[in-house]
Amino acid sequence: MSSHTQQEQVSGFEPKIVAFVCNWCTYAGADLAGTSRMEYKPNVRIIKLPCTGRIDPLFIIKAFEKGADGVLVSGCHPGDCHYTTGNYHARRRWIAFKSLLEFTGIDMKRLHFSWVSASEAIKWVDLVNNITDEVKKLGPFVEYKGLSER
Amino acid sequence: MENTLRQKAKELLEKGDVKVVIGFGWNNRKTRTTPVFITKPEDADKLIFNPLCVNNLSLYLTRKFADIKALGKPAIVAKGCDIKTIAVLISESQLKREDVVILGMVCSGVVYKQELWKGVGTDFKSVPTDIMPTKCHNCDVRNPHIADVVVGEKTTFMPPDVPSGMVFDKIRELDKKSGAERWDFWIEHFNRCIKCYACRQICPLCYCERCIAEKNMPQWIETSAHLRGNLAWNLKRAMDLTGRCTFCGECERACPVNIPLNLVNQKLALVVRKAFEHRAGYDEKVHPPMIVFNMEDQEDFIK
Repeated sequence: MSSHTQQEQVSGFEPKIVAFVCNWCTYAGADLAGTSRMEYKPNVRIIKLPCTGRIDPLFIIKAFEKGADGVLVSGCHPGDCHYTTGNYHARRRWIAFKSLLEFTGIDMKRLHFSWVSASEAIKWVDLVNNITDEVKKLGPFVEYKGLSER
Repeated sequence: MENTLRQKAKELLEKGDVKVVIGFGWNNRKTRTTPVFITKPEDADKLIFNPLCVNNLSLYLTRKFADIKALGKPAIVAKGCDIKTIAVLISESQLKREDVVILGMVCSGVVYKQELWKGVGTDFKSVPTDIMPTKCHNCDVRNPHIADVVVGEKTTFMPPDVPSGMVFDKIRELDKKSGAERWDFWIEHFNRCIKCYACRQICPLCYCERCIAEKNMPQWIETSAHLRGNLAWNLKRAMDLTGRCTFCGECERACPVNIPLNLVNQKLALVVRKAFEHRAGYDEKVHPPMIVFNMEDQEDFIK
């Protein structure tokens, strides 16, 4: 039995984190973490997209609707985009979308943005571990999940 | 002012410069204004302009533009705020500046909703400030900024330096509250949403031929008037207007359940103004902020 499964039995709540990552940097970074046999929290569900520019705000809304407790959005560092400028466009979108969600009253500890390159497996591992811990402390996203029962 | 407008419209139609004038007219009982489409010079006398002319007629330059173009080149009666919308439409290549003749009206403010005019009288010179919407209190385009013909005498009205009025006060009040309180506030409002999409239909900038709300393969936005889908819809609508909304206030006016949509639109407009130094609708040659980028955009929130 792995350490994580034991943990689950103790604390009870394991958050679901959805990670929207780009194909060229963060996915490769996560892959490197795997091939390097690094261990990290299994709470993260990775969704691979061609580019962070492909991430529509509705993806994030849908993730919360479907029961995610936290969302992580990650892609190439500025200047490293495989499609040259996709992440710059995405950054603009997030600046607005983040403010919109904050204004709606969604806790920004549940939505994280990051740049992780293909070589930053350690950064990816730390990121996932930190976010999982943080969301775990917050507990289930009862506000959003509660919408279904209303 | 109305006489000059009618005169100009008549001239344009007689010379054949335009084939149709989109403007405001009275309804049968002369209690409300309604859009009119004047195609004959002798009908130009039907045109009116007063504080009840709340509609943003630039709506007819988007999804309905094909029908208008079938009649011929249009002229449009537009207040400063409507011209802002036309400027955004031009910047987004929805039409060309030369496709439309803009009859810019010098405006001294309109009413928030036409129903509020009851009992104010038949003198349409000015609007009592308490029934004027926030946009008029902060209007810096009372003298039309883009127009082929300017109708009316230049006004010297100066808007306050810091945006003021109900919408901006409420935004500041909400910003001070905790996340949980803001959430309760919005959930209460979005709970009333009946998914009639009036906000979308009246918005001159919601011009997609097919809206994502109507797509069901996959279904991004739930169609039933349920809180979960309501929230998704209202967030998506606000997000799509980021950096484009010109605060004409038509969505909130059209909303049958009075959701304060101006709050969320203006909040994003303030964010865009601060982050990208952009104000929508002032220059038709500038790209909307969400289709361009700057290498120096703030990224303190990205780890």
